[in-house]
Amino acid sequence: MKVAYWPGCVSRGFTPELHGATAKVAPLLDIELVELDRANCCGCGVIAEHNQELADTLNARTFALAQQVAGAELMMNICSTCQGAQSECQERLDASSEYREHINETLSGEGLRYERGLTNKNFLWVLVEEIGLDELRARVKRPLSNLKVGPFYGCYIVRPRERLQIEEEQPRDRYLELVIEALGGTVIDYAGARKCCGFPIVTMNKQASLRQAGTHLGDALDADADCLVTPCPLCHLNLDLQQPLAEGVVGRRLGLPVLHLPQLVGLALGLAPEELGMGRHVVRPKSVIDWSTAVVASAA
Amino acid sequence: MADFTLRVRRYDPESGEAPYWEERTVSLEEHRSVLEGILQIKARSDGSLGIRCSCRAAICGSCGVRINGEPGLACKTHIGAAQRHSQAIGKGGVIEVEPLGNMPVIKDLIVDMDAVHWKKIQRVTPYLIGRQPVPEREYIVPRESMLDITQTMACIQCGACVSDCLSMEADPGFIGPAALAKAYRFVGDPRDDRRHERLLDLSEDPQGIFDCTHCFKCVQACPKEVNPMGQIMRLRRIASSDEQIVDANNGVRHEAALSTLIRDYGLLHEAELLPRSYGGNSWFGKFHPAAARELLSSLPAIVKAVLRRKVSPRQALLGHKLPPEDLKAVKAIYEHVEGRRSPHRSERYELNLFIVGEDEDGNESAPAGAADKEQSA
Ligand code: SF4
Ligand code: SF4
Ligand code: FES
Repeated sequence: MKVAYWPGCVSRGFTPELHGATAKVAPLLDIELVELDRANCCGCGVIAEHNQELADTLNARTFALAQQVAGAELMMNICSTCQGAQSECQERLDASSEYREHINETLSGEGLRYERGLTNKNFLWVLVEEIGLDELRARVKRPLSNLKVGPFYGCYIVRPRERLQIEEEQPRDRYLELVIEALGGTVIDYAGARKCCGFPIVTMNKQASLRQAGTHLGDALDADADCLVTPCPLCHLNLDLQQPLAEGVVGRRLGLPVLHLPQLVGLALGLAPEELGMGRHVVRPKSVIDWSTAVVASAA
Repeated sequence: MADFTLRVRRYDPESGEAPYWEERTVSLEEHRSVLEGILQIKARSDGSLGIRCSCRAAICGSCGVRINGEPGLACKTHIGAAQRHSQAIGKGGVIEVEPLGNMPVIKDLIVDMDAVHWKKIQRVTPYLIGRQPVPEREYIVPRESMLDITQTMACIQCGACVSDCLSMEADPGFIGPAALAKAYRFVGDPRDDRRHERLLDLSEDPQGIFDCTHCFKCVQACPKEVNPMGQIMRLRRIASSDEQIVDANNGVRHEAALSTLIRDYGLLHEAELLPRSYGGNSWFGKFHPAAARELLSSLPAIVKAVLRRKVSPRQALLGHKLPPEDLKAVKAIYEHVEGRRSPHRSERYELNLFIVGEDEDGNESAPAGAADKEQSA
C-alpha cells in the first residue's frame, strides 16, 4: 500500500534512528512511503495552545499536501504527538464547513485546499488495521521469544478516546500489546503504559517531568521488563535521552532500553539492531542486542 | 437479569489493616448502573461497605470512583458496559471498583475531598468579584461570553479529573484540573473585576497553569465534558497573549520559542528550543544565565547524544529547515493569522465544539487522494 508519509520533526532531528528504522521496515511490509517533505511541524499541541487557528491552518496545509499524493490510501505518521495534535485540528476542521472554508481561504494563497475526511494513522494503527495482525505474524522471521517488552503509548495516542476513535471494536489503546504478542514477544504489564512521560513540562517543571519518566521506567523494571517500546519520539526523548537525569530524580539506577516501534517490528522481521539505529540510543539496548545475538547464534 | 461480579477495594484506615480486594456477585439488568451494583452489595451482603452517593442521576457529583482503572461516576456507568470493558482489557469480565486516586481514602470507596479537591477549589478564589463600578441594574454582557463559560459551569465537582491527573501524581502541589477549570469560569466572565490579578496569580505560582503536563486524563475522565485541560490552555493563551504575563515556569517563553522556531524553520529545531525556553526568544537566548545553568545540567545527556551519533554537532547547531518556497508559505500563514490579532480576544477565531456542535454534513462525498477508507483489517 502507498501512504503519504509524515515523519514529523523529532524523527528527523533528535531521534533520527526512528526515521531510519521506518524506512527500512516499510518495504518489508509492502508499505510505499511518499514522504511529505514540504509539510510543516504539527505544533505539538503548543501552537494550538498559543493560537488555535494558527495550528489548524498549519495542519490543514499538511493534510492538503497529503491529499495531493496520487494513489495514497491514507496519511501515515510515526509520532503519537503528531497523531494527537493533528487529530485535534482535524476534528475542528471536519466539524464545521464554515470554519474549514475560512482556513482554506488562508491556504488558497499557495493553491492548497483541505477536503473533509482525511485518514491519518500512526504506524501502530496501520500495522493492526491495514496490514493486520495475521499478516504481520506471517512475516515474522525471528519471533521475539523470551523478550519481555513493556508498552509505552504516549498520552496523545490514547486520549481522548472519542477523538481518536478508540472503541470496543477498535481497541487502539491495546494495539501495542497485540503487536508485541504478534511479534512473539512477552507483554509486560506495569502501571505506566498509558501515563505521561513528562516531556511536555520538561522546560517548565523539570523535577516533576523527570519524576514521571523515572517512575514509569522503574515500574517497568520492577515488572521485569527487558525494554520498553513506544510509538512516540517525544516520549523517547524523556525516557531515553533524559534517562540519566531521571535516575538522579528518582534516586535509583535504571538503564532500561527504550525502542521505537518500527525498531521492534524490524527486529522481528529479521533486521539487525545496528541496522535499526539502536547504537544511537543514550541507554544502550544491551538486553535487546544480547537477545538478538543469542537468537542469531542459536539459529546458526 | 444477569449476574455481575464486582471486585471492590476495601480499606478502613482506623482498623489498622492493609487495603484488600473483595469479590461479590450481584444480579441486575445490564443497563443498570455500577452504583446500583454497589448498593446491592450494601443492601444484601455487607452493610459496612462505604460509598458516597445521592442523586443517582449524574447531577450531584458524589459517586466518583475508579471503574476498571478509569475514573468516572458510578451512577453514570452501565454495569453491562463495565463488564465488557473488563473483558476487553483482559480482566475476565470482573468489574474492578476502587476509590478515586490522588486523594486519601476515608473508608472503602469514600475519599477525602476536603483534603485535596476542595482545598484546591478554594485556592482559585471560586466566586465572582463584581466589576466596578457596580451598575445600578444588572450587568449587560455579550451573549457569547456567557455561552463560553457554560462549559466550565457544567462541572459537578465530582473529582474524577483530580483522581488521575498525572501532574498531580508527580507534583501533589499542582493546582489541578477541576480548580483551574473553575478559574477559567471567572477569568472568562466579563462581570469579574480581577481577570488580570487572577491570571497573574495562576502564572506566578510555579504549580499553576504551566504545571499541566498535557496528558488528557482530565478530558477523558470528566462526565460533563468540561474539558479542564482545554480551559487550562485558554488560561495560558489569555495570560500570555492578551495580558502579557510572563510566568514562573518558562511556559510563555517556551510557547513563544516554539512558535517562532516553526515560523522561521517550518520544522521544530529542538536544540534551539531548550535554551530559548529558558533564556529568551532569540539565538542569543542560550547565553542567558538561566539558559547556561540549564544547559549545564543537561550536559551529560547532550554529550552522550552527540557521542552516540544520535545528534550531529552540525544538526545541533543548525537544525533542519523546510525548502524556501514552503518556508515562505508557512510564514505567510503566520502573518495572515497572527497579523489579524489585536489585544482583544474576540479577534482570535476559536472554534469550541462544545458550544457550536458539529455540522450535519457528515455524509459529504469523500475526496480523492488519502481519503477516508473502510477498515480493511
Ligand atoms: S491534562 Fe493537565 S490538568 Fe489534565 S489531568 Fe493531565 S496534567 Fe492534569
Ligand atoms: S471538571 Fe469534570 S471531572 Fe472534574 S470535577 Fe468537574 S465534573 Fe468532575
Ligand atoms: S450519585 Fe449523584 S452523580 Fe452519581
